[in-house]
Amino acid sequence: MAVPAIELRNITKTFGSVVANDNVSLSVYRGEILALLGENGSGKTTLMNMISGIYHQDSGEIFIDGKEAVINSPKDAFDYKIGMIHQHFKLVDVFTAAENIVLGIRKTLDLAGTKKKIQEICRKYGFEVNPDQKIYDMTVSQKQTVEIVKVLYRGADILILDEPTAVLTPQETDRLFAVLRNMRNDGKAIVIITHKMHEVEALSDRVAVLRKGQFIGTLKTSETDAQEMTNMMVGHQVSLNIERPEPLDPKPRLVVENLTVVDQDGIKKLDNVSFTANSGEILGIAGISGCGQKELLESIAGLQPVESGNIYFIKNDGEREQLIGLEPLKIKELGVALSFVPEDRLGMGLVANMDLVDNMMLRSYTNGKSMFTDRKSPTKLAKQVVDFLEVITPNVFTPVRKLSGGNVQKVLVGREISNAPSVLMTAYATRGLDINSSYTIYDMINMQKDRQVAVLYVGEDLDVLLELCDKVLVLCGGKVSGMVDCRNTDKHTVGALMTRLGGVKA
Amino acid sequence: MFGTIAYLLGSSIRQGIPLLFGATGEILTEKGGHLNLGIPGIMYVGGISGIIGGYLYEHFCANPNPALCILIPLLATIIGSGLMALIFSFLTVTLRANQNVTGLTLTTFGIGIGNFFGASLLSFFGDSGSISLLTIGGWYKAKLIPFLDFGFLAYLAVIIAIAVSFYLNRTRAGLNMRAVGENPATADAAGINVTKYQYLSTIIGGIIAGLGGLYWVMDYTGGTWTNNGFGDRGWLAIAIVIFALWKPVLGIFCSFLFGGLYICCILIPGLSSASKELITMAPYVVTILVLIITSIKNKRENQPPAHLGLNYFREDR
Amino acid sequence: MIYISRRTDAPLKKAVAIKAFAILLSLVVCALVLFVMTRLNPLDIYIAMFKGSLSTQRKFWALLQNTAILLCISLAVTPAFKMKFWNLGAEGQVLIGALVSATFMFYIQDSWPSWLLILVMLVASVAAGLIWAGIPGYFKARFGTNETLFTLMMNYVAIQLVKFCIAVWVPNGSSVMGVLNRQTQCGWIPSLFGQKYLINILIVALLTVLMYIYLKYSKQGYEISVVGESEKTARYIGINVKKVILRTACISGAIGGLAGFLLCAGTGHTVSATLAGGNGFTAVLVSWLAKFNPFGMILTSLLIVFLQKGSGEIAQAFRLSDNISDVTTGIILFFIIGSEFFINYKIHLRRK
Repeated sequence: MAVPAIELRNITKTFGSVVANDNVSLSVYRGEILALLGENGSGKTTLMNMISGIYHQDSGEIFIDGKEAVINSPKDAFDYKIGMIHQHFKLVDVFTAAENIVLGIRKTLDLAGTKKKIQEICRKYGFEVNPDQKIYDMTVSQKQTVEIVKVLYRGADILILDEPTAVLTPQETDRLFAVLRNMRNDGKAIVIITHKMHEVEALSDRVAVLRKGQFIGTLKTSETDAQEMTNMMVGHQVSLNIERPEPLDPKPRLVVENLTVVDQDGIKKLDNVSFTANSGEILGIAGISGCGQKELLESIAGLQPVESGNIYFIKNDGEREQLIGLEPLKIKELGVALSFVPEDRLGMGLVANMDLVDNMMLRSYTNGKSMFTDRKSPTKLAKQVVDFLEVITPNVFTPVRKLSGGNVQKVLVGREISNAPSVLMTAYATRGLDINSSYTIYDMINMQKDRQVAVLYVGEDLDVLLELCDKVLVLCGGKVSGMVDCRNTDKHTVGALMTRLGGVKA
Repeated sequence: MFGTIAYLLGSSIRQGIPLLFGATGEILTEKGGHLNLGIPGIMYVGGISGIIGGYLYEHFCANPNPALCILIPLLATIIGSGLMALIFSFLTVTLRANQNVTGLTLTTFGIGIGNFFGASLLSFFGDSGSISLLTIGGWYKAKLIPFLDFGFLAYLAVIIAIAVSFYLNRTRAGLNMRAVGENPATADAAGINVTKYQYLSTIIGGIIAGLGGLYWVMDYTGGTWTNNGFGDRGWLAIAIVIFALWKPVLGIFCSFLFGGLYICCILIPGLSSASKELITMAPYVVTILVLIITSIKNKRENQPPAHLGLNYFREDR
Repeated sequence: MIYISRRTDAPLKKAVAIKAFAILLSLVVCALVLFVMTRLNPLDIYIAMFKGSLSTQRKFWALLQNTAILLCISLAVTPAFKMKFWNLGAEGQVLIGALVSATFMFYIQDSWPSWLLILVMLVASVAAGLIWAGIPGYFKARFGTNETLFTLMMNYVAIQLVKFCIAVWVPNGSSVMGVLNRQTQCGWIPSLFGQKYLINILIVALLTVLMYIYLKYSKQGYEISVVGESEKTARYIGINVKKVILRTACISGAIGGLAGFLLCAGTGHTVSATLAGGNGFTAVLVSWLAKFNPFGMILTSLLIVFLQKGSGEIAQAFRLSDNISDVTTGIILFFIIGSEFFINYKIHLRRK
């Protein structure tokens, strides 16, 4: 076989006491797409960050085209023609696309020439980029395009993409895949990190699996199937069926009427949205990211100023309470809980530098009339959450920043559910979680359903939405494009609804 | 009437030049992402370094040469303010110390150094009286262009401001530096040497600010030193950065305007001392108003660099 | 090739050792600087420093008094800093507090009983400081206006206001305000056990304890921590961030105003534009060096005041300009600031 473009030999990297990569050896060849597969926290991103110069391995060697390479910085990586597209885009918001693309290249600044070259690259692979557009004016997929053009502009022939489809619509994903196939045929070596099995099958030539920082093996995609890959990834057989109990005696709990939300820049984020959420039911909310999901949940929680419309909370005795205009704390006291898992997990809902107890207290510290805080019951709650959800932590007085991503998320969702809410809103509850943790969360949500809670579940994965929820509300560009019954619909119907109104720029 | 206006204008500009140096230096520093509150201290050190350099030259050389009269204090200022800025950048860039705390300490330290040497320099050499380098001051004050009563540093201030503007907006290095100030993680991933640019922006920024101190002692006061004579102009320079929305060319006009406000109480005849104090307050009040207005308008281009005042460590997640 | 990684678990012992070493190193550097200036044995200089600042009872009490004032201002800025609200305007808040106290003394003179005048001065000074910090606090909360620069500018507005008032009150143009109510001592904080600063010191001691409890155990203190750590999280869990910012800025300013009151009513019985004497900025360092812990701030403020006083003593003894104290204090602070790095990060060597 040919000399590999990248060969990793016995790479080990630790963060404090956590071993992120343990003696990993892996090769990537030119003219192939390698899918790097693994549960959350299995060390995929860390491994790739060492190739792109963000981290440096504790031990082990990297060989590029058969020669040992020392990669101490991203600049070194560029010199080896390695380009990485990170999950969180590395773009300067106030710069234009062109300025971002030429950033860091050591030649005199020639923006006119740059623009010409950008257009050439776009033509070659079928991208669309306006070189003069500022990044803060762009959609997520536009930003990603800029990232890819940036890497190509530098002449990279080894490309690493970290979960590139997480933020894309199915159409955008297809387009991206077409481009990647073009690049492979160009002789480039491509590594794509992903969670989604069907993407591995659709795109990759080979798949490499990591588990808990260790290299498990590589397979030819054509000679394997989803079941085998899942087994390698998780180490044991898991059932792919999510339980869905029948709703018991559903009654309207939350009624949203003609809700319209306009953001600071005057853009309509929600446009005349109406729906009803019933107790004892899970209402899924589907949509491409940024289609108003966040604004919808935040309006209900009282965190988002509302332009017009009504949000009624219906109490057990049938009385309607208008939520618009109420303080967030008042809404919380009515029993409306919101757990929003943001992209960076720690940005909202939890305070990284505080310990588990203080983080539990975020929801309860206002209880009681005393001017002082009570730390006893939060301590108890923290211990319960740790026990019940199997959170891995030295003790409850550890700052949450020292916990791994999945454990942080369990703490967040666990706290929200502990409030015994009557409406539970959760967004991206399993974002980036491994399969086992995801199932724990699904179980927790189903338990709330049994308790006659009205659950609003915003999710990214259509398969999960359709298996877990009773109904799915589809948002597109801030408008309701459909409400479907999950028991008799399929993914394609929902996918079509997600893009039907054309509210999102491609 | 015309004479009065010309006089008013000239005085405003002369008052504005040290502010302009300070503001340009701070803009460069802030564009690289560092908020250097040590600028007032650096300007004091810039001034006293020039004085020390000039004094030593006059003290040890019988026949001072005009070129060296200008060069030696200039070089001394560059070294002095450069070293001060180096303290700041070493602490905040390499040792990742808090920028506000380091900056404030640097200001206390710098003003201390200025006043200490200002008071004791002569006694070290057995001289007495007050510092007065009239010959050197004379060369600094020499008109560069006839009819315009400005020394060469005044022109240099304007040229530097324009050059910094060109550098930031039109050159590759300037683009890199702005990227570092906006988003160092991105700059780093793009292969830009973040540390290098942080050092460059703080040190060159500090040196430019230090020249403001030199202008003050050599040109404005003609080669003399008074303890605390430079006053709080360093802070005013930081105010101008905001007022000029981080744009060096705009900084030129803002500096002259502030210079005008700073001295108009002296020029308007018949003012009571009480109303003079109120007028002196004006630049600060105006800056506060600008600060408020820009924050209310909230236009992306007019905001401080996004990473201003924060330190960067690559492996932080 | 040097390679740096973040330490997550610096043991306390190691941290203390690193700090102690930094201070030692800084003293050596200061000694070197002083030696170059004076050609005297640095050890003698340090002995002179100790002796000088503690030689007489009066000096000892002055040291305590200065420490109390610096500590009071440091307590003022602390809640704001903990919230990541950079209140660099303590200088102005102190001044405006003192100015209001002086205004009452100037106009009321002895027409009210002293206790009433003191009480009114106290309330008015606290209110003045509160407003002075509340203005930037309001704009920060409402529009996100940069508070570092806003509060900084407010200092100079306060300074000019003081100069203005003095120019009005002292029309002879000397621009120096004499001691107010010298004869009647009306509005002066009385002596306790024969010590005229004792009440000041006790007030600040009480305030230190209260601030510790407030930050650590009160709900408002908890809100301050949350807002300081993550504004997004605070908003998300329903904390009224704007209210907390405004409230905390006001508390910060109010204590600054109190310090102004102590300076005017309990110390100098007058007001001047340089009354705060840079303590508003030094307080930033005191608070930060103690990691916002009020009890730690007793130590750091004592250290700084001792250094300043001691250097002043040396300056006097060896006929140096007393600005040398700013220089030596600066050097010592640089070392302490720099030492933080070695506590938070680990340095490795790596082959190229």
